Amino acid sequence: MTIFNLFRRKASAPVARERLQVLLAHERASIGRTDLVAVLREEILAVIAKHVTLDPEHLRVRMERGEQMSTLEVEVDIPSTARVRLALTG
Amino acid sequence: MAKVLVVTSGKGGVGKTTSTAALGAALAQMGQSVVVVDFDVGLRNLDLVMGAERRVVYDFVNVIQGEAKLAQALIRDKRIETLSLLPASQTRDKDALSEEGVARVMDELREKFDWVICDSPAGIERGASLAMRHADVAVVVTNPEVSSVRDSDRIIGLLDSKTLRAERGERMEKHLLLTRYDRLRAERGDMLKTEDVLEILSIPLLGIVPESQDVLRASNIGQPVTVSGPDTAAGRAYADAARRLKGDPVPMTIPGEKTGFLGRLFGRRAA
Repeated sequence: MTIFNLFRRKASAPVARERLQVLLAHERASIGRTDLVAVLREEILAVIAKHVTLDPEHLRVRMERGEQMSTLEVEVDIPSTARVRLALTG
Repeated sequence: MAKVLVVTSGKGGVGKTTSTAALGAALAQMGQSVVVVDFDVGLRNLDLVMGAERRVVYDFVNVIQGEAKLAQALIRDKRIETLSLLPASQTRDKDALSEEGVARVMDELREKFDWVICDSPAGIERGASLAMRHADVAVVVTNPEVSSVRDSDRIIGLLDSKTLRAERGERMEKHLLLTRYDRLRAERGDMLKTEDVLEILSIPLLGIVPESQDVLRASNIGQPVTVSGPDTAAGRAYADAARRLKGDPVPMTIPGEKTGFLGRLFGRRAA
């Protein structure tokens, strides 16, 4: 190593710090997102189950994250044999 | 009221077992009654680091499965009267620890000791989740290095969601223990600084332990570094960290020598 390399060598710690900040911001968001979908799924299922007997397998909740907008996709299959509980009104 | 403390990190080899032994010994040296518990079933090492490897008769799994009483499995330290060890099993696998069994042993240990210090295995699987499950306080051991910091971040997330405290909606107390810190390299810009790690992980700092040959020497001879080298930088760092755990205000110091111009020059060249 020559004396010139000594002064030219860039410190690596700031690079490590920046890489970690970017990575962890992303990882924290995506782990949080997984939880959000699970929570939404449970609650949606509970609401539907109040009115229709539903196999939890027939409910799919997906979230897709875009740059400008995220979409939440909820897909429910209600078999024609499902028992529908009529909401009591008035 | 006893405190259950988990020493955890996610990543392996960052110093969980060394730190468990040193913090446990330091608290016991201050007169507290302490038990250190090895959760690394199948790959136990706390016994070796504590110099008790030839005194293991019964272990954690034996107690859980009712083959031994807790008192028969506990090993009293030969140097510090108030320090005990509950070793892990070396021959079984981690599935031998049942959730109910661990809960029962933890309750029993809480009654006997002031501090129950759980040495977590690496990873985020069953052994690690059982080790953190009953904790009131967590010490997250981190090296100033990218993969260790990333894994610590993941562990902090688990501490905030998968522990009994978190599930009850209570606050989980977490502390960062920065180990293998090399002040020279940090000042040179070749190692993450304490401030960097603290800013990224945003949990309070418990202590900074320098990279040191005294730590290796301590494990070579089977003594916690606070016992083998109470006056070494690493020994002092652990003793200070233990005092902070106890609630004593101890000013934070960055161990290692500050370098002058010549030191910086030669330090660079040596690297």
